[in-house]
Amino acid sequence: MTSATSAADAAFVEFDRVQKSYDGQTLVVKDLNLTMPKGEFLTMLGPSGSGKTTCLMMLAGFETATNGEIRLNGRNINQVPPHKRGIGMVFQNYALFPHMTVGENLSFPLEVRGMGKADREAKIARALDMVQMGKFANRRPAQLSGGQQQRIALARALCFDPELVLMDEPLGALDKQLREHMQFEIKALHERLGITVVYVTHDQGEALTMSDRVAVFNDGVIQQLAPPADLYERPENSFVAQFIGENNKLPGTIEELSGDKALVRLSTGELIDATAVNVTQKGQKTLVSIRPERVEFKPEMMPPGAHTIEAEVVDVIYMGDILRARLKVAGADDFVMKMRNTLGQTRLANGQKLKVGWHPQDARALDPM
Amino acid sequence: MTEVVSGPLLTADGRPLKAALATAQARARRRAFLLVVPLLAFVLITFVVPIGYMLKRSFEHDGFSSAAPNLAAWFDANPDGSEITEEAYAALVADLAQMQKDKTPGQAGTRINYTVPGTISLFKGAARKAKDMQPPFKEALLAEDKEWGEPKLWAAMRDAASPYTTDFYQVAADQKRADDGAFQRGSDKERIYLYLFFKTFYLSGVITFICLLLAFPVAHLLATLPMSKSSLLMILVLLPFWTSLLVRTTSWIVLLQQQGVVNSILVAMGLIDDSGRLVMINNMTGTIVAMTHVLLPFMILPLFSVMRTIPPSYVRAARSLGATSWTAFRRVYLPQTLPGIAAGSLLVFILAVGYYITPALVGGADGQLFSNMIQFHMAKANWSLAAALAAMLLVAVIVLYWLYDRLIGIDRLKLG
Repeated sequence: MTSATSAADAAFVEFDRVQKSYDGQTLVVKDLNLTMPKGEFLTMLGPSGSGKTTCLMMLAGFETATNGEIRLNGRNINQVPPHKRGIGMVFQNYALFPHMTVGENLSFPLEVRGMGKADREAKIARALDMVQMGKFANRRPAQLSGGQQQRIALARALCFDPELVLMDEPLGALDKQLREHMQFEIKALHERLGITVVYVTHDQGEALTMSDRVAVFNDGVIQQLAPPADLYERPENSFVAQFIGENNKLPGTIEELSGDKALVRLSTGELIDATAVNVTQKGQKTLVSIRPERVEFKPEMMPPGAHTIEAEVVDVIYMGDILRARLKVAGADDFVMKMRNTLGQTRLANGQKLKVGWHPQDARALDPM
Repeated sequence: MTEVVSGPLLTADGRPLKAALATAQARARRRAFLLVVPLLAFVLITFVVPIGYMLKRSFEHDGFSSAAPNLAAWFDANPDGSEITEEAYAALVADLAQMQKDKTPGQAGTRINYTVPGTISLFKGAARKAKDMQPPFKEALLAEDKEWGEPKLWAAMRDAASPYTTDFYQVAADQKRADDGAFQRGSDKERIYLYLFFKTFYLSGVITFICLLLAFPVAHLLATLPMSKSSLLMILVLLPFWTSLLVRTTSWIVLLQQQGVVNSILVAMGLIDDSGRLVMINNMTGTIVAMTHVLLPFMILPLFSVMRTIPPSYVRAARSLGATSWTAFRRVYLPQTLPGIAAGSLLVFILAVGYYITPALVGGADGQLFSNMIQFHMAKANWSLAAALAAMLLVAVIVLYWLYDRLIGIDRLKLG
């Protein structure tokens, strides 16, 4: 791939310094810059009110950007009405038209495009087969289960062959098992059809399993835009570390700093090793983030010379595949350690004293929140 | 290991399950019934009984039959079509003499007058002289007034000899006794009831349509505005409910009369001439304007309650699928508001068909509705005709309701 084509690819969807305010006093979206290549599956993840849905609605054309430009395929679409954008959209509550049958629902986007009857029927049949709902064309949406409605909504958003599909928490109303199954199907469709998807969710599990890249939103700003593994293993700030997955946080001060290696003194006086992420100088306050499954208590598993700290077991919860121990570390009793439930795993008893440690690259010294 | 149970299911201690269930629920049912008893009694006494009584009155009038027992006996003995014999005249004279004594000739004449106009004085005159009449009575009566020999008078008396009659419905349907006594359609000029009946339905339809046109955007606004603004708008919609109907109607008189506000503004703006002030009150226009205003909330509220349940995502979905805003409205939004449109229209239409006070106040001569005619006959103590007219209205409304149920389905009705 030459750099010229990759640059063109990179600019399929572009948010350029986009700002959005509803009341003229506060910004819901603050200076959003985002570039998506064609064919990418990008998820906007964030707590409610973080601006992710507003971004999606601006892209769909239901909200106008207060400032900045949104470009689709290099063309500014700020002034293009929704029906001329040619973007497929799946809504949170499916928004299947209740007075039309499934077939009529799918036919709708084709009819408004003036497509002939034979072409329409072929496309409808193809779209329904795609979501394994071929036999349901004559049913009404109300006669379908939530999962089936979800599939129809997906088929309707895809049947007019849009290049870009937006999904606004499409799986929010489904139960856990169905949701996981649908995640897999949506992902498979994305890969098969080569469409570009912008997916909005507040479910981090969904974001991590489906996406090529995830944009974590908070307070109208993208906190981190990265592939799922980076997001989980290398969070760039405390918000992302807290928001994605379970996380232990240890507040402290930078004692020594050399390159990306940091030595942090905890409030109780103990020293731990960490990787410096967004700390810049000695004496700075920091929040060290460590994933529970990266905490070790067996000395042979720890790197030589690593600092360890005292811990006391508060309780151990049996969760089937893992054992989840809550420890008292550095004065707080919310430090979590996860151990695989293997045959030879050490069973910890409540009140047991031990020493815990970790690889320095798993402990990330971030900005204090 | 399933046990095969034959016969009805039994409870653990051997009672039939159905009986046990009935006992268990009896208390709850009794409570529920007791809760509705006051309303049930109220509705029975104030609604079902009066309507039943009204329907009875439309078929019953004993003004003549009770005053003319002898003639009634003769009609019983001689079937319809028999020659009117001297015997019949003798019975009539005897009855007339008795009426004079009981002071009832006016009442009897009134009953006959409903189908043969001009008979009250006929009865009063003959009754006064009946005592002194000598046989042959036929000649005596005809000497008094030639009309006593008219076949249509005798046909009317035969019908009135029984207290039960369909005469009032014949009159209400603009039927008139011809000279031979049979009913036939009155001339076009005399067809006031049916004309007014259909005009009432036509005007109600017009009012319903105008209400729908005005209410739809307001209801949509109510359903989509943020809460704080929509409750303010809702107060404006409900405000007319809190004002006396009379005040609202008379304020229309102030606005619409020829020297009124609207005309003065139009003249001031130079849109109309001072000599050409518009007649907008005490006519059909007045009725339509004032009734539309009075009935508008009954259209807005059901529409609003339906529109409130339509999530904005439907229209958004339609737009994202490529529909223009007009197509999205027509094909996605409008069909979903149909239950509200149907409910509001039915409500407004049925209310309009039976409306009385507004047309009475602002309708003038050509803005009167059917109810005003009912009231007119009630004021003239012609209860039976008023009841027959009211029954016609009732049946028409029930037919409409039935049609509505067949076409749209009453279960799709949503009033709030």
